[in-house]
Amino acid sequence: MKRFIGFVKKEFYHIFRDRRSLFILFGMPIAQILLFGFAITNEINNVDIAILDHSKDATTKEIINKIAASKYFSIKQMVTREADIASVFQKGHVKAVLNFEKDFSKNLIKEHKATIQIITDATDPNTANTISNYVNAILQQYQKEVNKEIIIAYQIVTETRMVYNPELKSVYMFVPGVMTIILMLVSAMMTSISITREKELGTMEILLVSPLKPFQVIIGKVFPYIFLSVINAVVIVVLSIFIFNMPIQGSLLLLALESVLFIISALALGILISTISATQQTAMMISLMGLMLPVILLSGFIFPISSMPIPLQVISNIIPAKWFIIIIKGIMLKGVGLQYIWKETLVLFGMTVFFIALSIKKYKIRLE
Amino acid sequence: MSISVQHISKSYKNVKALQNISFEVKEGELFGLIGPDGAGKTTLFRILTTLLIANEGTATVAGFNVVLDYKNIRNSVGYMPGKFSLYQDLTVEENLNFFATIFGTTIAENYDLIKEIYVQIEPFKDRRAGKLSGGMKQKLALCCALIHKPKVLFLDEPTTGVDPVSRKEFWEMLKRLQQKDITILVSTPYMDEAELCDRIALIQNGEILEIDTPAEIVKHYPKKMYNVRGDNMYKLIESLKAYEHQYSVYPFGEFVHYTDHRTDFDTESLKDYLKTKGLTDITIATTQPTIEDTFMELAK
Repeated sequence: MKRFIGFVKKEFYHIFRDRRSLFILFGMPIAQILLFGFAITNEINNVDIAILDHSKDATTKEIINKIAASKYFSIKQMVTREADIASVFQKGHVKAVLNFEKDFSKNLIKEHKATIQIITDATDPNTANTISNYVNAILQQYQKEVNKEIIIAYQIVTETRMVYNPELKSVYMFVPGVMTIILMLVSAMMTSISITREKELGTMEILLVSPLKPFQVIIGKVFPYIFLSVINAVVIVVLSIFIFNMPIQGSLLLLALESVLFIISALALGILISTISATQQTAMMISLMGLMLPVILLSGFIFPISSMPIPLQVISNIIPAKWFIIIIKGIMLKGVGLQYIWKETLVLFGMTVFFIALSIKKYKIRLE
Repeated sequence: MSISVQHISKSYKNVKALQNISFEVKEGELFGLIGPDGAGKTTLFRILTTLLIANEGTATVAGFNVVLDYKNIRNSVGYMPGKFSLYQDLTVEENLNFFATIFGTTIAENYDLIKEIYVQIEPFKDRRAGKLSGGMKQKLALCCALIHKPKVLFLDEPTTGVDPVSRKEFWEMLKRLQQKDITILVSTPYMDEAELCDRIALIQNGEILEIDTPAEIVKHYPKKMYNVRGDNMYKLIESLKAYEHQYSVYPFGEFVHYTDHRTDFDTESLKDYLKTKGLTDITIATTQPTIEDTFMELAK
């Protein structure tokens, strides 16, 4: 035990004396959570649109006012001729043009029908879709207000309620994902270079010619990083609560314990990479390139797993991040307790044990 | 026997690093492996310190088989690799403490053993190991290899890249350690250090050329050795090499070590020859062959 403590102490010296790595270790998560939280979002705000109003009557004015009043759109310019629409788009600022037909009010009253054409710039299909949905929603709302007194027979009214994230804030979706990615990458990267560093510096030679056992080296390397990664996790949660108003519905304690479990599994994966690669560079490449893409693409963070082809769905099961995202979303957004996520927890636990056991087995007791 | 090596061979992909090596080191002996870079010294050290497995042959260290009882060996030997292998970002004291701890001991427990060496680096005990000079690094590495009172000490080229004064001090330390019943196997490319060992093995291209005490080894030199001196060193070497009866010509400090093919060689004829080449101040005198001469002869 004394040997183990001595080894852990040595690891802490390494970590705290390498200022640059320490800065990356703590700086990167903060930068990433802010970037993801603010920059990457599915919501639209203050989108520039243009109006082509052929009728210029009371109704169109009212609708235009409603659109202008919403925080989603700002009316950039008025277009007078249909021929100008193309050039408006080409300039690039305006993402949509609303084209009101001639005699809009008159048609509405006479024929109970009037048309607005929504032309969107679909170079970015997601935004185009969202804009069109938002405009539609505003128009629906307006229609409802106008038709308040009129009773229409046979009408199916859909009433949508978005639970757990009623405002559809994308940050709610990103925070758990980003937290997962950061903990995975930072943890795995840090430990993945720790054994290869000893190999490269030649200190592995004297560590091997000592009574230290493989498990003491492996666990001793993982141990200090648990503390550092927990600090990281706390920073991320605090940032998401205070900057993004992320609600934590479930138990904070459960969240903390699950996070520690996930951190250990990521560290164990890093150690495994470290035991099988010869140089720091290889280890870094494997942990960055080899982990980053699967974690981002196959964990369900951005793309829903259920809409992937079956082979990818199967592969996604071996990615620890997938299980942690399920767990963390459950705790943060749904407020569920352990009884709903024990299966995922068990999977993560099993993976951790597997990674550590494999690392100890793969640890070379000799130089060859 | 403290170290016993029997018919060890080791080859990497295309290179035969060691070929049928056998030798024994007695308890408390200071045994030197002398040979140029690439002779296979480091490979042999790594086999004996259980870091590599030989393709053929067996070896024991402190009575333990290097393959089967590797754990026991790792407990009871000290190893100082050729490349400086301490933690550069740890201070002198932290390094020493770390190695004491992982061997289950403390600095205080074996302080006697390292005292003489450690007092020299103690003033810098808070300095990081990476910031030490070459000689200091070697002393620290020796301390770290000694801190658990090993039975056998393996030193792979401990004085390479170290200044002459530190080298001399280092060897004096080894002599003192020997008094404390520690068997030492040391390798070096420097022939002058060979004379400080009890016995040496000359090794080249993975083969042992000769094993004996330094005094005996030079006796094996087959020729009579002459110190030749002249006013122009370069011209002297060129002329001697061109001489039809020369057997070997090696520069040695201010002299040239010369041997002749003929058994009835007389120095006057050589002197005359050198004079015709335009050299002056020529002196020729017999001298003792050195280990370097012997090595060059055996390596021919």
